[in-house]
Amino acid sequence: MIDVSDVTVRFGGVTPLDGMSVRFEQGICGLIGPNGAGKTTFFNVLSGFVRPVAGTITAFGEDLLKMVHFRRARWGVRRTFQTEQAIEELSIYENVAMIHEHSKMKGGSRREDVLGAIEFVKLEGDPYAKVRTLGAGQRRLVEVARAVVGRPRLVLLDEPAAGLPDEETGHLREVIRGIPEHMGAQVILVDHDMSLVSAVCEMTAVLDFGRLLASGPTAEVLRDERVIRAYLGTEEVA
Amino acid sequence: MTSAGVRTNARPAWLSQTREPRTLIRLAVIVLLLLFVLLALPSMLSLYYVDAMIQVAVYTVVALGLGILVGRVGLVSLGQAAVLAIGAWVSARLLFATSLSFPIVLLASGLVTMVLGTLVGLPALRMRGLYLALITLMLAGAITVVLSTTNFPNGGHGFLGYNGGNVHVPPIRRPSIAATDQAFFRYTVVVSILMFFLVLAHVRGRPGRAWASIRQSESAALAAGINTTLYKLWALALAAFITGVAGGLLAGGQRYLYSIDFVTQDSIILLAVVLMGGAYSMWGAIIAGLLYKFLPALLNNWGVSSDWLTILFGIGVLQALTTAPAGIVDQFPKDMARLGRRLRGLVKRRPPARGEAG
Repeated sequence: MIDVSDVTVRFGGVTPLDGMSVRFEQGICGLIGPNGAGKTTFFNVLSGFVRPVAGTITAFGEDLLKMVHFRRARWGVRRTFQTEQAIEELSIYENVAMIHEHSKMKGGSRREDVLGAIEFVKLEGDPYAKVRTLGAGQRRLVEVARAVVGRPRLVLLDEPAAGLPDEETGHLREVIRGIPEHMGAQVILVDHDMSLVSAVCEMTAVLDFGRLLASGPTAEVLRDERVIRAYLGTEEVA
Repeated sequence: MTSAGVRTNARPAWLSQTREPRTLIRLAVIVLLLLFVLLALPSMLSLYYVDAMIQVAVYTVVALGLGILVGRVGLVSLGQAAVLAIGAWVSARLLFATSLSFPIVLLASGLVTMVLGTLVGLPALRMRGLYLALITLMLAGAITVVLSTTNFPNGGHGFLGYNGGNVHVPPIRRPSIAATDQAFFRYTVVVSILMFFLVLAHVRGRPGRAWASIRQSESAALAAGINTTLYKLWALALAAFITGVAGGLLAGGQRYLYSIDFVTQDSIILLAVVLMGGAYSMWGAIIAGLLYKFLPALLNNWGVSSDWLTILFGIGVLQALTTAPAGIVDQFPKDMARLGRRLRGLVKRRPPARGEAG
């Protein structure tokens, strides 16, 4: 469980997060909102790249903000980025092992964990193939494997389905859905693909202008009029 | 559990790297090449070229260190020639002042240079790109200034060990097993090979993966739990260590060191040849060493002014940056393959043309 209380982030005159408070229960939680709502900034606060001027974040009973960025990753906060981060000149195995060797959260031996994660995302083919030989969808799976290897506590996925064709999104959806059960981690998913969010997220929080607009069971939140107005803008269009 | 069970037949990581027969052929070629360089080459060359080849080996190690910084971690340092000068100074001082065996002096020089060279690179923890390059260049300039006042040890007393007005200057000591130029060349090549293995062990292991991650994106490296400060320092320390060892080899190879031979602009040319040779590959370092020291020796012997090299290297860097970012080591085989295809294409096209004529 992630408890976010009154988190405010300021960059000069801009306030990307303005007193955000939300509780992410277990399982897979969605985080949606229009562009510039503060979703990625919130992820950056969780990973430690951005220090909030006020507020607290408690993750599984620990004060997350006290930890230095790279220690949070070792403690079990994993994430993917909007830009691709799989390293081309290394093999799939090395890409995933790299996360494992700096993590304190290990399941079994390195080989077991790494091959387990590659297997989990259903990445077919030779695990020792270089990432540069893979297509975009497969690289995305490598990034997800990096995020789930070992025993992560919290997995942050920042628009994992962006730019993928439908069938690969379908595959990714099944992989994401399996993370809590098979990898034992809580997931926060940021994505603009509402069908993906409603298919995998039990609860969803909506950000708008750095403030929490709504949160609750995904179906209810997506029906909420304020959400539709702010995010989808259908009222104005109609 | 099932996931691990399914793939128990998969090869371990180290085996996967030798699974292709081509890798074995490549290994055999490397061994043959090394045997040739160690056994046959010194007796085939004149003393002039043996001396040049000692320097090639020395600068290959320096280029290897710069390649780690530029190619693996993405830190552009323009201070490596100054780091080499520190290594040469420390070795020369130890060789005059003590009777320590040569390998011990090389090791000590590597360690002292590691400490000082890491200090030179310390701005790298806060800066990247142009600013880092400028700061390291300025520090290199400062070191050059200091060296021109302290001079290199030449058998004198005191901390600096410099005998300004002495007529008789003793040469820097060499190991007894490598007293002649040919033997010292072999000695240098063997030490260089050890440095390559040291770097290879790093690049293939945990630090190499961490460096690759830092080069790709520093925030992604942090999000992967990598202590980026530690691994950058590690890269600086490793590069400085092997450069310090190379400095010791340079001292033994030259036998007389003069501060006038160590100019700040060397660092810039060094970066140019590393980029031309290929900063992402360890083979690139060898090409860089040849470009930097063998080419001038060759031109000098032919009576061509080596000033032409500055122009040539300028064009070379331009070419590398625009069309071959991975350097000659990457581009040359590709060009050869393309040439081969063209030639094969010509050969294939010829028979019908003949038929038409007949």
